[in-house]
Order: sequence, then structure tokens, then C-alpha cells
Amino acid sequence: MQDPRSSAKAMAAKGETGGTVIIDTGCANLSSVRFAFERLGAAVTVTDEPGLIKAATRVVLPGVGSAGAAMAALEAKGLVELIQGLTQPVLGVCLGMQLLSLLSKERGGRSEDCRCLGLIPTRIEPLADKGLPLPHMGWNQIVPTAHPLFAGIAPGSYVYFVHSYRAPISAFTLASSEYGETFSAAIGKDNFMGVQFHPEKSAAVGAQILANFLTMGAESSTSAQADQAAKEAKS
Amino acid sequence: MLAKRIVPCLDVKDGKVVKGVQFRNHEIVGDIVPLAARYAREGADELVFYDITASAHERVVDKSWVSRVAEQLDIPFCVAGGIKTIAQARELLAFGADKISINSPALTDPTLISRLQDEFGRQCIVIGIDSFYDQASDSYKVKQFTGDEAATRDTQWYTQDWVEEVQRRGCGEIVLNVMNQDGVRGGYDIQQLSLVRAICDVPLIASGGAGTMAHFRDVFLQAGVDAALAASVFHKGIIDIGELKAYLKGQGVAIRHSRPE
Repeated sequence: MQDPRSSAKAMAAKGETGGTVIIDTGCANLSSVRFAFERLGAAVTVTDEPGLIKAATRVVLPGVGSAGAAMAALEAKGLVELIQGLTQPVLGVCLGMQLLSLLSKERGGRSEDCRCLGLIPTRIEPLADKGLPLPHMGWNQIVPTAHPLFAGIAPGSYVYFVHSYRAPISAFTLASSEYGETFSAAIGKDNFMGVQFHPEKSAAVGAQILANFLTMGAESSTSAQADQAAKEAKS
Repeated sequence: MLAKRIVPCLDVKDGKVVKGVQFRNHEIVGDIVPLAARYAREGADELVFYDITASAHERVVDKSWVSRVAEQLDIPFCVAGGIKTIAQARELLAFGADKISINSPALTDPTLISRLQDEFGRQCIVIGIDSFYDQASDSYKVKQFTGDEAATRDTQWYTQDWVEEVQRRGCGEIVLNVMNQDGVRGGYDIQQLSLVRAICDVPLIASGGAGTMAHFRDVFLQAGVDAALAASVFHKGIIDIGELKAYLKGQGVAIRHSRPE
């Protein structure tokens, strides 16, 4: 398998920036997320280099495993503040979505709740499964809101979930699903969006959601850069 | 509503699908990727690849086909067969497998389950259990090394005890393969699967015995399993996945349709 990072290095060497960047969190579903975007014909870069992430048109934060380990990995790479400061569209996938919240109750052997990136004001708690098998694993139906990430996705569409923790229904819910209780299948605030399910494994429905994400950012990123340039010009 | 999953299983050897697979109009033999893509298009919810390549003398088995599957397949898949170490599991997950399934090595060393769980999280750790009805003791027991008839042996484990043990050690899903029925296509062992369902708090996949569409209905409605795995009925074209899903939906089983209504 070709190392995805080699293309990032080549880009950096050539001074190319922009496009869709997947943050290299070192987690296991990194390849699958990249493959899904590539099936849509998108050029994606997998990297943990701050310059490339900042310059991206849009950013994907993948993740599987436990919140504590993933936050520790982001801290070790010095990416926490960088992600918090991103102004372009950011899509968290599965654990990546959970990391966008204030905190996670998934302690993973630690004595305290896991502080997350604090970008979407909601908290990650155990799924109230009401005796159903856990993890919540398999294809379940979502009811999306009118958010552009879900353009063309009908209520009742099936997507693939694997998780035991969830964000509750809140003002930041972009789509809901039901397993023992109704929970957030997707959350969002401003430029930050997250999906609890795996769009990269959700057949045609997932591909549509990723394609929707690929249409975002071209303008807002330009205006954000323009704002930044304006600020720098003033100071 | 969470859908019940239909899971075709493909045997892989040296990077090729071993047995031919008969679709409605023609047979595809050999290449994994077009076969996997075909099953995905027909509505399979997940695939299992059982790698039967022998790793004699600890020879390194080439698993790069997993990456080729991950590039093309837009549904989840699990890789089974010959996974004995954390390093092997890490390689398969890095190649893009969503889950890895462990059977005999977990019986040899049950701590493998907890170590895999600590490293990768329970969501990707599937435990395969080969269970049979032991007439002498009127109980269900676990067999080991069933991939090789000469090496197959009984274990000390009663099936229910082993099901509880692997959950305690952190598996995320269990595939219960009932051996008396395997290959006969006489139906899933509803009684045994119901017993295991009652003590199984993780998703449970039934395996062994599927012969007709009614067998799938029964295993979902009567045994309450989360998924049903089958090989020959799909490979031989006896059951078409699209027709099976339409049938199950008509029978009141929660089923994913590829296109929203």
C-alpha cells in the first residue's frame, strides 16, 4: 500500500496547498475514509502537518477507538489548538465527531471524563441501550435536518453505525437516529460538523453525504483567508 | 430501526477467492474485488473474508488484497483466519479491514482477546465460535482448529461458558457457527442460537445451515440474532440477496433497502 503521507510531503515540497485534508490521527479507519473520498474522484491529502491542515479548503477528522487515546494523540502532535482555530468546513467522523464536543464520559480506565475539543457544546455519554446489544453495530435509519451535509438524503435512509457512546439530541443535532433512545446521528455548529456513523462504509447514502461535504468550503475558506489577510494588513 | 444484516462469507486463499461464485447470469471465479463489489451492489450488508492460506512455519502471509478490497468496497468487511498476534491485527486494520475475527488462537490464549481490545477497541474484535451438540453430555461444546479436519479437536469449553468468557474479555461481536448444521443447508440451529442470544450482550451473528429464505426469516424472528452469515447459498446462486431482502421485509424483518423509499 502506498503511504498516503508521501503525497502530502510531495505537496508540501511543491508548495501546493488547499483541497481536502484528512488529519492523520494514526487511527485505524484513516485508509477507509481516504478511499471513500477517492472513489468520489476527490484528491485528498492525509497529513499531520499544521501548515497543510490550516491551508486546506476542508478538513476531515477521522477516528476510532477511545476518546482519551485520540485526544492524547492530537495533543502529542500539537494539533488541539490548531483544530480549534480552523475556520473552513471540518467534518468529524465517528470518534472524530465525539472529539468536537465538550467532553466524553468514555473514560477508558482513567478516573476523569475526557475533555474534548469544545467546538460543539454537547457532551458524549453512554448510549441508553435499554438492554439491546452493545456496541450499536450495523445499519440504522437517520432522520436528517435541512442541513446542506444531508442534501438529497431522505428520512429513513440507512447508514452504518459502530459505537457505544453518543451525543444526545440538542440544538446542535443535524440528524437523529434511534437505538434504545433517540440520539444525535450528526451534530454541528458553525463550520464544525460531525457524523456518528461511518459514511465511508454506508454505500450510496454515505457517498452522497461525503459528496455534499466536498461541495462545501470553496467560498468560506477564501473569505476566511481574506479576513485573515485583512487583519494582518491592519496590524 | 436497526436492520438485520445479511452477511455473505468468501473463502480466500493466496489472495484469490477459492470457490466459484454463481450469480444469476454468470459465474465469477478468482478475483476478490469484483466479487466483493458485486455482493455489495446486490445488497449485502457486510462481508466476511475467511483467509484459509496456510501459514506453515510462521511464513508471512501476503494480506495486501485487504487493501484492494478496502479501496473499492463501500460497506463494512471483516477478515478472519490465521490472526494470532497484535501485529497481524494491526496490519489488517491499517489495510482497511473494519473488523478482524479470531477463533482458534483465542482458545489457545484467551488473553489475546483482552490485548486486542485494549489496543484497537472492542468494536473491531469479532470472536468466531465453532459449536456442536455433544450427545453424550447433552450439551453444546466448542471445537478448535476446525479449518483442518485432521487437527480439529474438542476443547474443555461449554459453548455458553465460552460465550460469556469472550464477552468478559472484551469482544465486540460473536459469530456462532453451529457445526452439526454446517453445509447441510437444513436451517440455522434456532434452539442453540436462542440459548446463546439470551446470554449474549454484544451483537450475535448466526452461521451454518442456511438453505432457504425461510431459514433466514426464522433465525431473525425466532432466535433474535443481529445478522445471518451464509456462503454456499449465495455462491451457488440458490438465493439471490436482493430477493432475500425483499422477502424478509415482507415477513416483517427490519431490513436495509439500498434505496430509500
